[in-house]
Amino acid sequence: MHVPTLAALSAEGKKPEVLFWVGCAGSFDERAKKITKSFVKILQKAGVSFAVLGTEESCTGDPAKRSGNEFLFQMQAMANIEVMNAYEVTRIVTTCPHCFNTLKNEYPALGGQYEVMHHTTFINTLLKEERFSISGATFKGKRITYHDPCYLGRANQVYEAPRALIQKLDAELVEMKNCKSKGLCCGAGGAQMFKEPEKGDKDINIERTEQAMETQPEIIAAACPFCNTMMSDGVKNKEKEGQVQVQDIAELISKAEDL
Amino acid sequence: MAFLPNIIFAIILFSALYFFRRNIFYVKRNIQLGKSIDRSDQSSKRWSNMFRIALGQSKMVNRPIAGILHIIVYIGFIVINIELIEIVLDGLLGTHRIFAPFMGKAYNVLIATFEILAALVLVSVILFWLRRNILKIKRFWKAEMKGWPKNDANYILYFEIVLMTLFLSMNATDLLLQQIGDPDYPQAGMFPVSQFLAPLFSSFSVTSLVLFERSFWWLHISGILIFLNYLYYSKHLHILLAFPNTYFQNLNPKGAFKNNETVTKEVKLMLDPAADPYAAPAEDSVPEKFGASDVTDLNWVQLMNAYTCTECGRCTDECPANQTGKLLSPRKIMMDTRDRLEEVGNNINNKGKHQADGKQLLDDYITKEELWACTSCNACVETCPIGIDPLSIIMDMRQYLVMEQSAAPSDLNNMMTNIENNGAPWPFNNQDRMLWAIEN
Repeated sequence: MHVPTLAALSAEGKKPEVLFWVGCAGSFDERAKKITKSFVKILQKAGVSFAVLGTEESCTGDPAKRSGNEFLFQMQAMANIEVMNAYEVTRIVTTCPHCFNTLKNEYPALGGQYEVMHHTTFINTLLKEERFSISGATFKGKRITYHDPCYLGRANQVYEAPRALIQKLDAELVEMKNCKSKGLCCGAGGAQMFKEPEKGDKDINIERTEQAMETQPEIIAAACPFCNTMMSDGVKNKEKEGQVQVQDIAELISKAEDL
Repeated sequence: MAFLPNIIFAIILFSALYFFRRNIFYVKRNIQLGKSIDRSDQSSKRWSNMFRIALGQSKMVNRPIAGILHIIVYIGFIVINIELIEIVLDGLLGTHRIFAPFMGKAYNVLIATFEILAALVLVSVILFWLRRNILKIKRFWKAEMKGWPKNDANYILYFEIVLMTLFLSMNATDLLLQQIGDPDYPQAGMFPVSQFLAPLFSSFSVTSLVLFERSFWWLHISGILIFLNYLYYSKHLHILLAFPNTYFQNLNPKGAFKNNETVTKEVKLMLDPAADPYAAPAEDSVPEKFGASDVTDLNWVQLMNAYTCTECGRCTDECPANQTGKLLSPRKIMMDTRDRLEEVGNNINNKGKHQADGKQLLDDYITKEELWACTSCNACVETCPIGIDPLSIIMDMRQYLVMEQSAAPSDLNNMMTNIENNGAPWPFNNQDRMLWAIEN
């Protein structure tokens, strides 16, 4: 697929309307790459002029900061800010709530002021501007439960944008007992993704998967590549991968539109 | 000798107020041991938070049973305390029900309201006790709730049961004396609840009734003054601190963690090509400590949080790590912070200033295992009914572990090395960042 980089576009003297921040998971993780590609297809279908940073992108520093390494975080942040400010970036969209939170909330103090959107919010604005539409046929009537990522929900109060998209699919949105501001973490946040959990009676992703299973879903919708991994592992642990799929909302839309 | 009761009353009252003032001074001084943090912005939003969350109890009802019972006790506490004004004036002036002649019928309404609220408080407090001790609701029986915290919670309930019972018994005997026509007890008030207690005392003589009434009156006011001074030692301090705590709570998005300005200065210096790497630091510059290993490294809002915590355990109940059996309990983080802060405070009381006592918050109170179990999901912060932020303490302590002690779990060290070397938490080559676009 043709994905322009900011470097290439500015060499041609062009400026995209938005920068797609792919994130490390979206760039390297096999499962998350599919989310990245689905979202790019949506952007292309909607005729959005976008670009990525490509090899000029580097980790936002979120896992370093949450681990306590403020120094590494700020080194990463300042390097990224320098790159983005050089390209005069003003709007950013990302499929990762951790990148979203860091870029939106923690970069301003270090000189990076951008309008940052999560892809679910961005797709909603595309719908509103009638640049893109979703037909309900593929997922009509399917039971979908939505898992709130902590860094999208509690951290930034984005609860409705992902749900609005699921409803556009004509699917039956079933809520877990802990949802929205009471949503249970998948277990990956705070850099837990990169370490073994402490001793306990259960892994957090198993607990959350059990809550999701209680709604008897056909699909668990996620909006974060890390939640996606944790929930997929949970479903595998329950040996239910035949019945229940874990899908990012971008993937659901891309499938519904046959992109 | 006619003035003896007035003098005794004044002595009791003013010594209670003196000790209370001293306790408040300790709390304030200890909170001010924290580092400065500016929370003076957006004052209208802050006032509105205080009115809504502390005065309006808006977050309490997220758990309806505990929430409604709490609101009853809270309203009862505030309204019945109006009666304290009359009791104090009566005590000082040697009068009896001093407001009655001035208020006429309104006095009946006032006393009747107090009585109904007292009965509702009594019922609610008994239900609280049952929830805690008989239903054994899980969050009240977690590991950190043994010993003093468990007893403290029950003492508060017993205090309230005794105070409400004394108040109603005082009115019941007063009512009987009024009915008998004792000249010292003129007709005043309406007693919708204590009239049912009156038969218990009706067989006693006038002298005994007066003795009962006076004893209940004295015990009731003394109990309140003792309770006032118990606050400092108890989680019950929340009845005062919930107000400033909700006013000064964080207003930024919960995902925005604090920027460490000292680090910013260093990083800027490193990235500045014009900076002189050999420049000697100023003579008096003391390298600042990164993160927190003791209470004095935390800011004053975090320390006020610790004094405000009433150990309800909603945070721990919502914590994903705690729910899955990990050692971490956000409530324990707050309790440990307060315990250590009081230890430091006592040190100052004994020695005039804080001297190193070989102890600190990290390891002696909060273990690394607890700190590393946190997913930073903000569930604890979201659920706290009075705006306490345990997560910020956990993050400050992680910062100390990593930046001062290089004591991160090895998996996290690998992750950080990867970010340093390849710009990603995994060992992938940064040149491969766009492979996804050319793969199928």
